[in-house]
Amino acid sequence: MSEKRTINFSVPYYLWLVLFVIAPVILLVFQSFTNLHGQFTLANYKTYFGSGTYLRMTFNSVFFALVVTLITLVISYPMALIMSRLKHAQFWLMLVILPTWVNLLLKAYAFIGLFAQKGTINDFLTFIGVGPQQMMFTNGAFLTVAAYIEIPFMIMPIFNSLVEMDQSLVNAARDLGATKWQTLWRVIVPLSMNGVRAGVQAVFIPTLSLFMITRLIGGNRVITLGTAIEEHFMVTQNWGMGSTIGVVLIVAMAITMYVTRDRKRGGKA
Amino acid sequence: MKKLKPSYLYLAFVFALMYLPIFYLMFYSFNAGSYMNGFAGFSLKHYATLFSDYRLMGILANTFIIALLSGLFATLIGTFGALAIYRTRRIGLKNTLLSLNNILIVSPDVIIGASFLILFTLIGLKLGFFSVLLAHIAFSIPIVVLMVLPRLNEMNPALIDAAHDLGATDFQVLSRVILPYAWPGILAGFFMAITYSLDDFAVTFFVTGNGFSTLSIEIYSRARQGIDLSVNALSTLMFLVSLVLVGVYYYISLRTNNGSKKKRQMRTAVR
Repeated sequence: MSEKRTINFSVPYYLWLVLFVIAPVILLVFQSFTNLHGQFTLANYKTYFGSGTYLRMTFNSVFFALVVTLITLVISYPMALIMSRLKHAQFWLMLVILPTWVNLLLKAYAFIGLFAQKGTINDFLTFIGVGPQQMMFTNGAFLTVAAYIEIPFMIMPIFNSLVEMDQSLVNAARDLGATKWQTLWRVIVPLSMNGVRAGVQAVFIPTLSLFMITRLIGGNRVITLGTAIEEHFMVTQNWGMGSTIGVVLIVAMAITMYVTRDRKRGGKA
Repeated sequence: MKKLKPSYLYLAFVFALMYLPIFYLMFYSFNAGSYMNGFAGFSLKHYATLFSDYRLMGILANTFIIALLSGLFATLIGTFGALAIYRTRRIGLKNTLLSLNNILIVSPDVIIGASFLILFTLIGLKLGFFSVLLAHIAFSIPIVVLMVLPRLNEMNPALIDAAHDLGATDFQVLSRVILPYAWPGILAGFFMAITYSLDDFAVTFFVTGNGFSTLSIEIYSRARQGIDLSVNALSTLMFLVSLVLVGVYYYISLRTNNGSKKKRQMRTAVR
């Protein structure tokens, strides 16, 4: 009875599903099979898999994303562990979330000021006698900024999994004679793996597709899948090839999500 | 419990890392000099430059108009979308709808931008204000749905039955029972949509064309040319705006009780 009315109101939502969710994906896949003149072709995929350039670029992109993920994980895990034991944990969590509300561009811009030839870090390096270094447009600069931006997204899921963990398991381990480190390695870390997987997923995929930072900070030395897509769509206007890389990115995303999926669902730890 | 001394140091260190670049940016917006080093005394001149820059003020207005409009439309469409999913009885269909809903949340921005660009070109929409607005509405809708749906799910269905039994029409049930109950979720969705719109760079970059620009796009093109301290002034103001938005959002979600979730947190929550 009441179904009808809401269905009428929901028409725009269904339209959105068709037009902006289903259609774009189909169009992207379709576009990847067309050449510059809009004819059907497999050439894009042949170029992608045939020329070493694209494969090397993909490998580099995956490699950089892995390094960024690893850096953020190493910094974030202890951070989340410490935070989860604090009294006002939710307040500290909010402090972690707050920087994510600052526009991404502005964060990248801050690092331009820090890393510039006559920037603050070089001033400091000169001051302590090391002398100015070239920092902008290096791989290190890209890794630093990417990791900086991604850290909160790693801390949050790990923190959540640590907070949700049943504290009595930790106490039980200690009671049964496990040392602090044994408790950490054998109990806490395994129980928080779901948070780690979620964090890896939340950092790895966006890092693959970053393109603004590669331009502003990396100076086009680091080419990610995202940069390549942007380049083909906005600069060389080769949408077919761009879409092909887009399809590769979607596949990479699916693989990442599969690898980092929740293994043990349900059953409160 | 173990002693937490060194761990506090680590905590302070990481927080310092996270906040220093932001405060560094804001600090130099008050620099009388024109570079981000060598503080030459306090001055508000970069704020004066900012406010006398009519082009930038126009872009600022555009950005907020897009954010508000896309927030409104996304909230409207998303709320009824959430209702539609809520009313779906068949579990398979419901899950399909939910997965479709979440596609845009999970997809990288580059993919969304590129595929929307193909779509807009195909239907012959001129790139500019409307293409940006449509794109922002489109990527905000699933966020609204995810904010409203939990609220609907925790509503006692007996409330609706009772209203019907007492003679309320469908419309009355919707406007007097369901919507008021879901209201905190709807508001939270609205604010999330606004912050996403304000934050977005990648999708806008693809669908904006030549004549139209939002703040993120403008900062990008200015940053490519090097340091300009009025960008610092702008970032200070934007930081304050986002502080206010976060404040409002937290106030709402305190009552909704579904906590704060940025896109990527949702990403992990929606799997």
